Amino acid sequence: MTSRESSSVSQPVPRPLWRRALGPRLRAAGLALPLVAFVSVTFLGPMLSLLTKSFHDPEVADALPETMAALRGWDGQETPPDEAFAAVAREFVAARTERNLGRTANRVNRVASGMRSVIMGSSREMVEAQAAAEAAGAATDGAFWRETMIAIDTRWGGPEPWRALEAAGQRFTARHYLKALDFERGPDGGYVRAPEVWRIYVPLFWRTFLVSLGVTLLCLVIGYPVAHMIANSPPKRANVLLLLVLLPFWTSLLVRTTSWIVLLQNQGIVNDFLVAIGLIGDDGRIAMIYNMTGTFVAMTHVLLPFLVLPLYSVMRAIPPAYMNAAVSLGATPFQALRRVYWPQTLPGVGAGCLLTFILAIGYYITPALVGGQSGQLISNMIAYHVQTSLNWGLAAALAALLLGGVTLLYVVYDRLVGIDRIGLG
Amino acid sequence: MAGTAVSPGYRVARWGYLAFCIAAFVFLIAPILVLVPLSFNAEPYFTFTEGMLRFDPEAYSLRWYRSVFDGDEWTRPLLNSLIIGISATVVATVLGAAAALGLAHPAMPGRKIVTALLISPMITPVIIAGVGMFFFYSNLGLAQTHIGIILAHAVFGAPFVVITVSATLAGFDWTVMRAAANLGANPLVAFRRVQLPLILPGVISGALFAFAASFDELVIVLFMGGLEQRTLPRQMWSGIREEISPTILAVATFLIVFALLALSTVEWLRRRGAAGGQRAG
Repeated sequence: MTSRESSSVSQPVPRPLWRRALGPRLRAAGLALPLVAFVSVTFLGPMLSLLTKSFHDPEVADALPETMAALRGWDGQETPPDEAFAAVAREFVAARTERNLGRTANRVNRVASGMRSVIMGSSREMVEAQAAAEAAGAATDGAFWRETMIAIDTRWGGPEPWRALEAAGQRFTARHYLKALDFERGPDGGYVRAPEVWRIYVPLFWRTFLVSLGVTLLCLVIGYPVAHMIANSPPKRANVLLLLVLLPFWTSLLVRTTSWIVLLQNQGIVNDFLVAIGLIGDDGRIAMIYNMTGTFVAMTHVLLPFLVLPLYSVMRAIPPAYMNAAVSLGATPFQALRRVYWPQTLPGVGAGCLLTFILAIGYYITPALVGGQSGQLISNMIAYHVQTSLNWGLAAALAALLLGGVTLLYVVYDRLVGIDRIGLG
Repeated sequence: MAGTAVSPGYRVARWGYLAFCIAAFVFLIAPILVLVPLSFNAEPYFTFTEGMLRFDPEAYSLRWYRSVFDGDEWTRPLLNSLIIGISATVVATVLGAAAALGLAHPAMPGRKIVTALLISPMITPVIIAGVGMFFFYSNLGLAQTHIGIILAHAVFGAPFVVITVSATLAGFDWTVMRAAANLGANPLVAFRRVQLPLILPGVISGALFAFAASFDELVIVLFMGGLEQRTLPRQMWSGIREEISPTILAVATFLIVFALLALSTVEWLRRRGAAGGQRAG
């Protein structure tokens, strides 16, 4: 390309100014471009489809287009016009014969529970009613269906199932977010906060926040003296101590989780040891895993290096002369620690805590393996909706809310440390 | 430490500090080391048998190591992990090293925003990225394929390479490159002879980080992988959840040795890189 020109010494005419100014910029940008493109497709693409999925849900609208068209002018009171009965009957019967009504019914059921059985039950009898009417040569118009459907299930004579169909048929919807914030559809179709015992997600977000905060603080309490000791040891010993922090950092998460199970389970090493030394009886083994304790201990162990390493790199740069000066000026060691040393480590404390906290609120594997019922976090609920309940809209909304929280924290991190200064310890 | 008269309170605090730090180091390392002797247990238990505590040779055996290689229950996942890990590492290293070179160049436009974009896969909780990738890759027909998982792991690994290579380029004097050009080297030669030796430690560490990240990644594999994409972490996951057999301890020991090797290499390179940096500066 321009290589020959730029490398040539005996170039008679200087290159135009714009090329000289742009050349290096283009070359630098050109080197970064492949990865920028790769990240945009393989990472930003998925993030966009996550956000889209959280408010765009076309499945019911696509499955029942005529019904949705017929319901468009309806005021939501009493029952819709006859065309809506005719349309819904046509589409239910057709979908029932093609055996794909179940999916649609599931979708509507998420909006108003009970709708699955209404739809599946009614549609079976509607198929029979249509066959009977055709055999008798009777007309199957809107008035016929209104009468037949209300006879099959009286609920079709009220507005509720129609409102549920209409709500589920909205292509763009906030209902996944409302559900993720524990709102539910009230009797009139509006959204109200769920009664306290039915709230799942907001308490789970709250629990995730508290556990992450607790784990972060625990990591700080343990990690601060550890980092201090490494930073103030002679080089040889510091290297050995650093190795003790780096080995867990590099060891597979699954291995570390396995070892906590081996250590803490009922017949595990810690319980065996406590029984052997007579501290507890054989029948008094302590439940330390498959509950919140397990989640807490294992997460602290996994995340501790993420706090020790940034603290260490800040502490290493603090000259010991400051502490010595403070002490020789009459400060007690504790005053010197609090007034001279601690403030200098604050950048490391802030950066390390924030990073640990952000990692903690997205943790999935560890709570899933050692958390039992009580130690599950919001990420476990997201995975449940992706893999088991297949309620992808809700999973997307929960993940998007979590993403919002994380992004907010990164804005703070960026202000405090600078996002481009994230290192690897 | 402090040169003043040592008060009893200070002495107590000093001992407390030492004891606390030792306990913390034990907390960090003991859970990992405890798995190693247990993997040689002759009995199918997860605790030390009396024979093991008496160092009775009869109580130790290699049976769990043999069972790792019995059948394809563990060898298939190991092979999958290697295929996926190595492919993802190659993609991440090539793209990441090039991007780091671009970002380090003084003329790079929009450095801060580009860096933030390139780092973002590493700092997004995997559960969030995993859900998005599951939707996106399923639409493209890449769910339950090796390619899909390789692409996902490559995008998670690339930031490590960008960071480690950028670190080796910090303080790089770009006039050297112009000097090389003036002396008649074309950019490719200048890169190979001047920059490559300098960034090589960073490239290798970054590649190791990227490989380790893929080798240990589970969320993406759980969401997107099928039976054909069972990796080592995936097999350990079912081992822990379904029927936990001591074979898992032998696999764990193997992974600990891998971690130790990777860590030593990176530390060695870091020291070499630091020494090289000092010489260059």
